Amino acid sequence: MNTVKIIDVLKKIAAKIEEEKDFLTELDSPIGDSDHGINMARGFAMVNQKLDAMNTEDTGDILRNTGMALVSTVGGSSGPLYGTAFMKMGMALKGKAEVSVPEFLQAFEAGIEGIKARGKSTTGEKTMLDAMVPALDAMKAEWEASGDKSKTFASGVTAAQKGVEYTKTIIATKGRASYVGERSIGHQDPGATSFTMMLEVLAEEV
Amino acid sequence: MKKFINGTDQVEDQMIQGMVKAYPQYLRKLDSGNVVVRANKKEGKVALISGGGSGHEPAHGGYVGGGMLDAAVAGAVFTSPTPDQVYEGIKAIATDAGVLMVIKNYTGDVMNFEMAGEMAEADGIKVKQVIVNDDVAVKDSLYTVGRRGVAGTVFVHKIAGAKAETGASLDEVQAVAQKVIDNVRTMGAAIRPCTVPAAGKPGFELAEDEMEIGIGIHGEPGTHRDKIKTADEITTLLMDKILADIDYSGSEVAVMVNGSGATPLMELFIINNKVADILAEKGIKVYKTLVGEYMTSIEMEGFSISVLRLDDELKTLLDAKADTPAFKA
Repeated sequence: MNTVKIIDVLKKIAAKIEEEKDFLTELDSPIGDSDHGINMARGFAMVNQKLDAMNTEDTGDILRNTGMALVSTVGGSSGPLYGTAFMKMGMALKGKAEVSVPEFLQAFEAGIEGIKARGKSTTGEKTMLDAMVPALDAMKAEWEASGDKSKTFASGVTAAQKGVEYTKTIIATKGRASYVGERSIGHQDPGATSFTMMLEVLAEEV
Repeated sequence: MKKFINGTDQVEDQMIQGMVKAYPQYLRKLDSGNVVVRANKKEGKVALISGGGSGHEPAHGGYVGGGMLDAAVAGAVFTSPTPDQVYEGIKAIATDAGVLMVIKNYTGDVMNFEMAGEMAEADGIKVKQVIVNDDVAVKDSLYTVGRRGVAGTVFVHKIAGAKAETGASLDEVQAVAQKVIDNVRTMGAAIRPCTVPAAGKPGFELAEDEMEIGIGIHGEPGTHRDKIKTADEITTLLMDKILADIDYSGSEVAVMVNGSGATPLMELFIINNKVADILAEKGIKVYKTLVGEYMTSIEMEGFSISVLRLDDELKTLLDAKADTPAFKA
């Protein structure tokens, strides 16, 4: 993946988030404060603007700037979390004009570690991590086993989708959803859902 | 929705501008965004910054001034401000003594302020923080993100602000802010919801004869919903929870009866009448009482009661001079 491709994927992610804005907001209303789609769409609209002006041979730069745009426009908790993840990925890929699958997986792992640290959270708490961590694990295993790029990304998507289903079965212990306690069961996590959408777009493009 | 606004996307900007125009002797707005700082920066003391979503006026801009805050950051209505907004605020007020961030305990607020703090530290600014979590309505357990920060935050602004004014160190100011947090408990109730301008409809609904007990300052659900009762009965319910949470016996306290935006002072005084009686019955001496709108929820019809347990240090700092648009002592 080079810089042209990464910009293209990010633009498609932005379009996907805008398209699913209402759905994501709806998911957020029974267990959160009904703004996930609105906030994410505002953030990715800014990312879109920044991408147009971007002229760099550094993939890390693109991801870092994406993260900064999200942090400064999304607000709430998704802003710092997604923003941190993209910034950490950007730092991991600093100076690279091309990104290989192992490099991507390393950067993805750095992004997840960033979210864990920022949100002081781990898997099993009904958050985006419940889709991200299984996706990373599946992709690492598939790459090791087959070394096939499209199979690797497909395995990540399947694991993330399973992760979203899993969030329906557990009680939220992080974020505003934790205030509703047991009433959070049955609802899928909006953050896990928006992440899975992003990974689906990426998998189609690689 | 019926409101005195010019457009849902202009609410925060115009509110801040109007506030600064009303109090130019106290406030200055930063060019970079909705951050207000003291009109005249005070050097040589720890600087205090707080903030959060808009919709809680006079919090937090109204508490910027002598003896309280140095900066207040306003996010969108009920949405945490972003790290770069907070960072600009910190840079504007930073002194060699350092900066204390007073954060209300919401996931978004904590993360955005912490990121801003890290950005400022990278610039060589000394930054510390306290997290206010005074709402006894929320269970503080491993299974939640902990209690919410609500009206008790105003006591933190007042007392930590007064401590900073004495020239105390950043550690000392942080310690006294934490002491306030450890000794203040709050609980609220509402009988009519509020409408976030961008949403256009109320965040929840209550029947004409219903009330929500333990409500948060963004209209989040509380402990339970019930048929409305008399002011004395509701006050007793809230005071029972507050007084059961920490041991107030034999102490002197400061009381705040806070209106949520659409509760008349008449009713707040009726509530305080009962609060005072309950405390007198239990032999808890009221040192100071505040009744009014300190931490609102747009036009919610509700109130909260905060009770702060005092010692000599807290009493002195509570009485110290404060001169801000919304709080004078």
